[in-house]
Amino acid sequence: MATMGPRSLFEKIWDPHAVRELGDGSSLIAIDRIFLHERTGSVALKSLAESGRPVLDPSRVFCTMDHIVDTTPGRGDATRVPGGSAFILETRSAAEAAGIRVFDVRDPLQGIVHVISPELGLVLPGATVVCPDSHTCTQGAMGAFAWGIGSTEAEHALATGTLRIKRPRTMRISVEGRLAPGVTAKDLALHILARYGAAGGRGCAVEYAGGAVRALDMEARMTLCNMATEFSAMTALIAPDETTFSYLRGRRYAPQGALFERAMGVWRALASDPGARFDHEIVFDAGEVSPMVTWGTSPQHAVAIDACVPPVEASGTTPEAHARALQYMGLELGQSLIGLPITGAFIGSCTNSRLSDLRRAAAILRGRKVAHGVRALCVPGSMAVKRAAEAEGLDKVFIEAGFEWRESGCSLCFFAGGESFGPRERVVSSTNRNFESRQGPETRTHIASPETVAASALTGCITDPRDFAAGEV
Amino acid sequence: MEPLRRITAVAAPLLRDNIDTDAIIPSREMRSVSKTGLADGLFAGWRYRTIGGRDADPRFVLNQAPYAGARILLGGENFGCGSSREHAVWALREYGFRVIIAPSFAPIFEGNCVRNGLAPVRLSVETVAALSSQVVLDPQAHRLTVDVEQGVVYSDASEPHPFELDGESRAMLLEGLDAIDLTLKHLADIDAFFAADRAARPWIYPDLAAMDHAS
Repeated sequence: MATMGPRSLFEKIWDPHAVRELGDGSSLIAIDRIFLHERTGSVALKSLAESGRPVLDPSRVFCTMDHIVDTTPGRGDATRVPGGSAFILETRSAAEAAGIRVFDVRDPLQGIVHVISPELGLVLPGATVVCPDSHTCTQGAMGAFAWGIGSTEAEHALATGTLRIKRPRTMRISVEGRLAPGVTAKDLALHILARYGAAGGRGCAVEYAGGAVRALDMEARMTLCNMATEFSAMTALIAPDETTFSYLRGRRYAPQGALFERAMGVWRALASDPGARFDHEIVFDAGEVSPMVTWGTSPQHAVAIDACVPPVEASGTTPEAHARALQYMGLELGQSLIGLPITGAFIGSCTNSRLSDLRRAAAILRGRKVAHGVRALCVPGSMAVKRAAEAEGLDKVFIEAGFEWRESGCSLCFFAGGESFGPRERVVSSTNRNFESRQGPETRTHIASPETVAASALTGCITDPRDFAAGEV
Repeated sequence: MEPLRRITAVAAPLLRDNIDTDAIIPSREMRSVSKTGLADGLFAGWRYRTIGGRDADPRFVLNQAPYAGARILLGGENFGCGSSREHAVWALREYGFRVIIAPSFAPIFEGNCVRNGLAPVRLSVETVAALSSQVVLDPQAHRLTVDVEQGVVYSDASEPHPFELDGESRAMLLEGLDAIDLTLKHLADIDAFFAADRAARPWIYPDLAAMDHAS
């Protein structure tokens, strides 16, 4: 049922997409964009083809290769993932048979699905966007209602152009004031996780609002929304504004000319009305946020980088989970995180692999060298990001510092491309998940901003990026 | 999809919070474009002594004789968080599980369960802990019953614990329905929606070929 009275951003997208009510709070919701990748999209396409059902509207379905592809220069369909090539080959043939546009391994537009979809202008304010990938919430940064689904739901969306979904509860997180210099959207995301827990989002559609959020550029907004799934939210949204419109204007598949102006007239109304109601409201000041780093095996196990491993009472976790996390991470209660020796540093993933991320990391790395014994990699989020970075000479900065410079893909965020870090290896990573064995068997992952990864790579231990503030040597 | 009305079975407690889908089925265990062949990889990182190996670790609950034939899993908060991979649910189902009882579930995982005949049952932390402490005394004797139709969980030694499922999820589990078939009954509504929307929001319907040409 359409909302009466003042409406939230979420309600303004949900209501006009409701094809019909299904009873019990569920609706049949029209889907504007479906994105697929070779890891989970492959099985959806295959299963749909086997059922003999066609894709309802292939012109609004897009597919990329990011999860299995190798990221070493000169790559093709071969990958180190056992059986991995089959995912690439089967996805390609199924997508082509269905008439779906594929941003393939050698396509100059290829990249991580959540990096290329806004970059190409495919994600629009007010649109409904799904992908069988949990980080689809990233696209809420554009003012879209975008959420991750399973492969069976993807099959449903492909066949019917809709999904049957129960209307989620809503939450607004207002971050007032301004983030301090050296504090990033990644730190804000980790701060929220540490403060409210990995289940804190409770399946809600979360709207990020407040002065500190409005002040973020589009790429930073994507980083913030990206980790809403780590918060157990259904998705995150940020109201579109001039920052959004100027990001979108002129992008390859965005509406052009008069159509863009007409769309913008509609998009400008996509903000929560004064008095809009939310099931949960959280307000805090951005000044409370510091550069953050994780110490444990859940993204909620995060602390200010200059803090120590917290006691169980301050960890938001059970004594058993706390002990297990410390044992896995090879840490002791009260130990300082700054100064922990590392052997791996990774900049990449759908969270932090965009041009602005690479620029900020490069500003710290410029003219410096990665510490002896640290393996450091930078994997741009898309081939377009890679080309733009190379045009600015950032590749040289990374390479001269001692980083590997890769083709785009998900890479060492997990087992993508068949690569992993080693057992008990300690890694600082700009990714989104520090789960047990996520980046490699028994690998110990500390999540942080790209700045913190860069600073830590230089010193060989976890380092506060503010030690490398502009101008200091 | 196989309907699920009521089941009485051995329950295995794995009361960790934030059990993620990487733990349920590690990426390296997803070896083909398929919904099957996943049971051996279920909880592989915890179940086997070595990564990639198949030597059972006796400390893991599913490797212990009293839990043989477990069809119900007791879990902690935020069960199924992380990656959307439906392979986690396919692996649990192929192993034999029909019910996960936990205080809360990650949203994508919960939806995946319902679409594959695996019931996600929410009970309070205290109730899950109480059921678990009873089960561990003798798992084969203290079997749990989960009645999806009545919306209750009970054992021979406990009061019935009511749980809630939304109407759509309950119907999907009870009837084993195919959601696509259900939705395609509304195809006329869907077609009418998109026809009207194409006029109202033409920017949603791009002409890619023309745009590729222009770029």
